[in-house]
Amino acid sequence: MGVGIEVTGLNAWYGSTHTLHDIGLHIAANRATALIGPSGCGKSTFVRCLNRMHETNPIARVTGSVKMGDIDIYSGISPVAIRRRVGMVFQRPNPFPTMSIYDNVASGLRLNGYRNRRSLDEIVEHSLKQAALFDEVKDDLKKKSGASLSGGQQQRLCIARALAVDPEVLLMDEPASALDPISTSKIEDLIFQLKSQYTIVIVTHNMQQAARVAEETGFFLNGKLVEFAATTKIFTNPSDKRTEDYITGRFG
Amino acid sequence: MASTAPRPYQNEDRRRGLRIFQSHFVTGLAVLATVLVVAPLVAIFGYLLFKGASSLTWAFFTQIPKPVGEVGGGMGNAILGSGIILGIGSVIGVPIGIAAGIYLAEFGRGTKLANAVRFTADVLNGVPSIVVGMSVYALIVMREKHFSAWSGGVALGIMMIPTITRTTEEMLLLVPHPIREAALGLGLPNWRSVLSITLPTASAGIITGCMLAFARVAGETAPLIFTAFGNAFWSHRLDQPIAALPLQIYIYAISPYDDWHRLAWAGALVLIVLIVISVALVRYAAGRAVLKGAG
Repeated sequence: MGVGIEVTGLNAWYGSTHTLHDIGLHIAANRATALIGPSGCGKSTFVRCLNRMHETNPIARVTGSVKMGDIDIYSGISPVAIRRRVGMVFQRPNPFPTMSIYDNVASGLRLNGYRNRRSLDEIVEHSLKQAALFDEVKDDLKKKSGASLSGGQQQRLCIARALAVDPEVLLMDEPASALDPISTSKIEDLIFQLKSQYTIVIVTHNMQQAARVAEETGFFLNGKLVEFAATTKIFTNPSDKRTEDYITGRFG
Repeated sequence: MASTAPRPYQNEDRRRGLRIFQSHFVTGLAVLATVLVVAPLVAIFGYLLFKGASSLTWAFFTQIPKPVGEVGGGMGNAILGSGIILGIGSVIGVPIGIAAGIYLAEFGRGTKLANAVRFTADVLNGVPSIVVGMSVYALIVMREKHFSAWSGGVALGIMMIPTITRTTEEMLLLVPHPIREAALGLGLPNWRSVLSITLPTASAGIITGCMLAFARVAGETAPLIFTAFGNAFWSHRLDQPIAALPLQIYIYAISPYDDWHRLAWAGALVLIVLIVISVALVRYAAGRAVLKGAG
């Protein structure tokens, strides 16, 4: 099951560039939350702060607190432990090219020392089914490389890989922006099904996508969270003039 | 509304002939360059076949050199010796080279130590092989007070390290960043991500680097003169002087006897063929380990 995320006073820097200013919001458990905003507004940086990927860049720095359930992920816990509880799907599908489909899905568990073969088989099958990919690949699980799949299939493979480690939160950084419309709608269907079991945070450039999948939506601009509210409110009756300008296409 | 801007393609028809000519001309240059690259290899190999193939008998692979004046004899001991020395060299050079390459690309990026290691590797790459031989002579042979197979292996291993280190580094840096992020995003510690994800992704290039280093030192003569020394008899002992193909070729080639010259040609042919076979075998084995459709 998913957990809620409470973000307070989050600031982030790349070198001397202050990219996130004092972000505070509550992401509800077992819901999909969308983050929208023009390029460079900090929404990707924000999700990367939620699993401490931001700090893998040596010049990056973060302050503030992110509480995931009862755990403050920035106080004394290792980033590796956090990332096992928070799955991430990236903008471009990035399956491990030297691994089979099966090995890709099993990689998170296996490389963290999980050895039980039979239950690994079950987990791989279950994860691929959750990602709506199993039927398409079940005959080539161990024969084909993950890189041999189509772009849309690769992205669902990456979702299966993230789900296999049984995370509580799933971060998706523009998961469909490199995909064609049919693959995109498959990913959106997936998000719709998965959000009953996981807390999903999705960054998207596509406002219709946000409207379709997310209960709540946050609008970022220049590193600040301008507005955060129910998706219907953001798209029909935003409180902030800048949000309205953005969603009506006046800029960005 | 009529545009006043110049129309970039209005001279299309007039230029078409020129463009086709340019295309053929540049393609021709590329073909010429390819021929120039391949020609020396074909010429060398053809000449070796012409000069050496007639002396290739079964005895060449099974017998040791005969004393001057006796007909026949072979280089069996030198083939075995080269195998042993190259084995030792690879056991030393490949792990150290790859480990140093991993350090440069993954852990030491931007540090002073990494810059020093990189600089050292580049300088070592340019050190003449005979200097490596002399250094190993001073460090090992003088201390042991006799020539030995393993000192020859150490010399070749040292020569392999810089090539392998630098190719490993380059190949690891070519692994796309999103692949590393995927690994870290799954909650893998950095070292695990490097060993199990980044390294296998770069393995094809790293294997090429190892093979390049192997093929280069396989033909080295100078560093072996001071270390392995050569041996006219069968020997597989690591603490004794041992024969090696390049050494044997050298000795035969500078001799005044015609049949030794022929054997030297045959030895050179065998050396090249053995290098080609071992490179092909490693590539085949590595290729089988990679899945269909992998990049």
